Amino acid sequence: MSEALTIEGLVKQFGGLTATDHLSLSVTQGEVHAVIGPNGAGKTTLIGQLTGEITPDAGTIRFAGRDVTGLAVHRRSMLGLARSFQITNVLADFTARANVALAVQAHQGHSFRFWRKAATDPRLIGPAEEHLATVGLADRADVTASSLSHGEQRQLELAMALATRPAMLLLDEPMAGMGPEDSARMVEILKRLKGELTILLVEHDMDAVFALADRITVLVYGRAIATGAPEQIRNDPDVRAAYLGEETGDA
Amino acid sequence: MQMIRVGFIGLVMLALAVVPVVANAIDEPFYVSLFTRMLVLAIAASSLNLVLGYGGMVSFGHAAYLGLGSYVVGIGFYHAANDGMDWALNGWLHLALAVVIPGMAALLIGAISLRTRGVYFIMITLAFSQMLYYFFIGLERYGGDDGLSLWYLSDFGDVMDLNDDSQLYYLAYGLLVLVLFTLYRLVNSRFGMVVRGAKSNERRLMAVGFPTYRYRLVAFGISGAICGVAGFLMANQSEFVSTSEMHWVHSGDLIVMVVLGGMGTLFGPVLGAVGFLMLEQYLPELMEGVCHIIGGESCGIAGEYWKMVFGPLLILIVLFARGGIDGLLQGKVGRNV
Ligand SMILES: Nc1ncnc2c1ncn2[C@@H]1O[C@H](COP(=O)(O)OP(=O)(O)OP(=O)(O)O)[C@@H](O)[C@H]1O
Ligand SMILES: [Mg+2]
Repeated sequence: MSEALTIEGLVKQFGGLTATDHLSLSVTQGEVHAVIGPNGAGKTTLIGQLTGEITPDAGTIRFAGRDVTGLAVHRRSMLGLARSFQITNVLADFTARANVALAVQAHQGHSFRFWRKAATDPRLIGPAEEHLATVGLADRADVTASSLSHGEQRQLELAMALATRPAMLLLDEPMAGMGPEDSARMVEILKRLKGELTILLVEHDMDAVFALADRITVLVYGRAIATGAPEQIRNDPDVRAAYLGEETGDA
Repeated sequence: MQMIRVGFIGLVMLALAVVPVVANAIDEPFYVSLFTRMLVLAIAASSLNLVLGYGGMVSFGHAAYLGLGSYVVGIGFYHAANDGMDWALNGWLHLALAVVIPGMAALLIGAISLRTRGVYFIMITLAFSQMLYYFFIGLERYGGDDGLSLWYLSDFGDVMDLNDDSQLYYLAYGLLVLVLFTLYRLVNSRFGMVVRGAKSNERRLMAVGFPTYRYRLVAFGISGAICGVAGFLMANQSEFVSTSEMHWVHSGDLIVMVVLGGMGTLFGPVLGAVGFLMLEQYLPELMEGVCHIIGGESCGIAGEYWKMVFGPLLILIVLFARGGIDGLLQGKVGRNV
């Protein structure tokens, strides 16, 4: 099987703090690869480097067979790399439909089109409504994003990422702050996407992780302390000590 | 509420359409020039609104594009009058250059300014416009500090005669309508969605694949080009071109007009320009009148202190009327702070 994403020797320091510490990792085409780790382990920082928002100090990132380490954010999106944000990051004053329509528009060639109305363009609205339906927001299309419930905003996050028709999704805690019902629904949505897309899933919700992941990497202080199948990770003594132990302790 | 808003805006546009007719009927030609100024500033404020209201780019230097547009007319006149270059008075040429030159200047200035954000963007746009201001002061040939009096206006041959105030007025009115229609199409197009989206959340727009910089830059260029049209009209209206139009105070006035009328709405800047000039025109008389009514002495002086009321009044409207005049018409009575 081919690798969708390969990270080698990635380093990122914030002042004296090493958020990513010589991290090497590869994600296979079509798999759901979960990245777990305690708060501050560097998961969001890793996603930031993968999308290009954060410039790594060292290391390389290869995606779809090419070195993307120095590539601008929008160019990586064009190559098929899409992210959702840990803290909902949508266009708050736009409707759900307009949010997704813009993401659709970004991947239909340049937008130096000055005359035709975008809000009624079937080439934008059609796909936008499909993606809203995929995440279960079909009947909320006309609602302003800021008026959506927290769970719905998380779904909108995902719809926007999907609307860029990515080859790979980088999901930063898609269930963050969701109740059990919304979480379960999100797991269902992601299960349906599994197989179609390569997914790198950062998530604290262990039920969701074990329900979805083909492989899991455990990140602690910016380093990968273990990578393997879910069963392997569940039984790894280092992982239990560093991370799962405290999680099960909470539960 | 929507009915009131549409009705009011319709009424304003209709009233503006008949100003010369009424002014000539009551034999008060002064009104034609006052209202021409309103139309001209409405165009300039609308151009600023594209970047400020829709794009979230607080340009504090739009007077520069107004000034460049008016200097196209001024410099053309100078060479026609002094060097016998009659073609330099051609109105179509003036109009074309008053679009192209300020547009190009805005692209250049924007290319650098748009790499900065927030206060830095405000300061750098201000700095560029002041640079142009001092550049034109240094151009002794075209009047420098004193400016140029135009004894020929832009020449449109048999098509129209700008020496006729009514014709100039209707040219301004027609151009305002054209500008508003163009902006309406623009802000609702794919391009407009990117510009507005970048105001709302630029980071997200980049994440879904938009190179936002180039769209914001083109919007900035278009804004400068439209503002240049206002400059062209302003020169022909005042029959005078000077650096004072480029002074930063006028950039500030344009911002106030946009905010006063309602940022990011199509007609807001029109209402803002009308409101601004009305206040500027009638506040002194109003204050003098009030002074007489309350039995004050030396009321002539009261009228001279109108700016002390004008400033705070604008600040109050801006702070307490969310969405400006247009917001009030929509029944938004919230505060901005
Ligand atoms: N821009 C920044 N400047 C300085 N320090 C930062 C910055 N961004 C992140 N950090 C630090 O880097 C470390 C890793 O942060 P990161 O957000 O990647 O963690 P995380 O694994 O996503 O945590 P969480 O589970 O809480 O989301 C933290 O200690 C954080 O405080
Ligand atoms: Mg995080």
